[in-house]
Amino acid sequence: MRCFVALVLEFQEFIYNQLETLGRKTSAIVTQIGAVLVFLGQTLRWTFSRPFYLKNLLKQMEQIGFNSVPVVLTTALSTGMVLALQSYTGFKRFGAETLIGTVVSLSMTRELGPVLTGLMVAGRAGAAMAAELGTMRVTEQIDALSTLATNPMKYLVVPRFVASTLMMFFLTTLGMIIGIVGGYFVGVKVLGTNPVTYINNSIDYTEVTDIWYGLIKALVFGAVIGLIGCYKGFHTEGGAEGVGKSTTGAVVISCMLILILDYFLSALLW
Amino acid sequence: MPMIDIIGVHKSFGNLHVLRGVTLSVDKGESVTVIGGSGSGKSVLLKHIIGLLFPDKGRVIVDGQELNSINEYGLNELRKKFGMLFQGAALFDSLTVWENVGFSLKQHTKLSDREIKDIATEKLSLVGLKDVEDKMPADLSGGMKKRVGLARAIAMNAAIILYDEPTTGLDPITADAINDLIVDLRKKLGVTSVAITHDMHSAYKISDRIAMLYKGEIIETGTPAQIKNTTNPIVRQFITGSATGPITAE
Repeated sequence: MRCFVALVLEFQEFIYNQLETLGRKTSAIVTQIGAVLVFLGQTLRWTFSRPFYLKNLLKQMEQIGFNSVPVVLTTALSTGMVLALQSYTGFKRFGAETLIGTVVSLSMTRELGPVLTGLMVAGRAGAAMAAELGTMRVTEQIDALSTLATNPMKYLVVPRFVASTLMMFFLTTLGMIIGIVGGYFVGVKVLGTNPVTYINNSIDYTEVTDIWYGLIKALVFGAVIGLIGCYKGFHTEGGAEGVGKSTTGAVVISCMLILILDYFLSALLW
Repeated sequence: MPMIDIIGVHKSFGNLHVLRGVTLSVDKGESVTVIGGSGSGKSVLLKHIIGLLFPDKGRVIVDGQELNSINEYGLNELRKKFGMLFQGAALFDSLTVWENVGFSLKQHTKLSDREIKDIATEKLSLVGLKDVEDKMPADLSGGMKKRVGLARAIAMNAAIILYDEPTTGLDPITADAINDLIVDLRKKLGVTSVAITHDMHSAYKISDRIAMLYKGEIIETGTPAQIKNTTNPIVRQFITGSATGPITAE
């Protein structure tokens, strides 16, 4: 009997501990979400107030945008080509090979263009932002900026946030075009589909709104990459290990948010 | 009226009560050094003086302005009177040496790059550096970085200079050269200085007055001579660097 009571008490304690852990983790997540939203509010506030650090913005546009072109081109080209190849295999079974162009252009504009570009930019530029700002935080360079009467949010975060948002728009546009060109190359030159039918089907079934939906997603994903990369970097603690954690965290959270927001944006922009 | 007046400041981080009612004042042109062991709250105290941290309770008044009650614009205007030398120099590693030194001038004045570079060169020569203007911080030694950090701190003709562990991580000769430089700058520029350190050699050399911070409170203040002859067992143990006594190693 005594043994049974001890077992029940132990089980009760186990349940309490589990609930406490769950509560603490939930509280930490809610606090984190709140902190990110406050950070977003501050970023937006400083985005529209003087002084504007144009030189920093241009530098970030080069680093986030121009330097991401090769990786975005490779991803988009490969995706467009594979999409054409796979669609052809499936569509051939019921004689709809001529619709490859439609599938490629609709997928690239509405979905794959923004999402894949977002994931690539998050992996490349988001990680770089978190690592750079994280290093600046642990080496007290961000504090040094404040002591030199310069607002670090304005000087460091705003240029990265704006550049990330704008450059995602242009990189996604480029990704869409290259993906469609890749699909055309495979569909027409490799698989022998009629070029006129391919182009007509691509144009007839792709509307301007499809392109805009994709580009709206790109803008949102760009803002997410900039926000999370800067937030994680800005709040780095604990030396080199902390920088590593922030960098990993920035990439993982940005990618997850891109995938989650993609569904909601798709549902909203149906 | 003191240049810096810290009155009953308390600061906690979570459950850690770091400052427990610190009171300290620094007169205009005076050089005060706060000594204390690692984790005693020295850096936290220094960050309160320049508004990087704000007290949970108590007041910090700098040049007649209470830091708690000024807005962001006012705080930035006040910060223009400060120069700060960080422990690791905290140079911006994406900028050249002269861009680092002239950073404030670039941000807050309408001077041309040519003029800023000339001023940076002059400030660098004041700290004993020549022909390093176009180098990147990564190309400098630890001692040179500290000197560049010092040149950056005095670039805007600061009225108050804060030193965060100015000699930590340097060899004894370079450390003494930095001490000489701090004394020399004070003589030439007549600035008010607050330093934090646990290097007693440095504290004796650069200070008019030394204050000991222990467990979040100032437990003793005095001139270097008074501190050397203190009867307080905690201060005595700290300045002699003895492992036995009321202070236990963490």
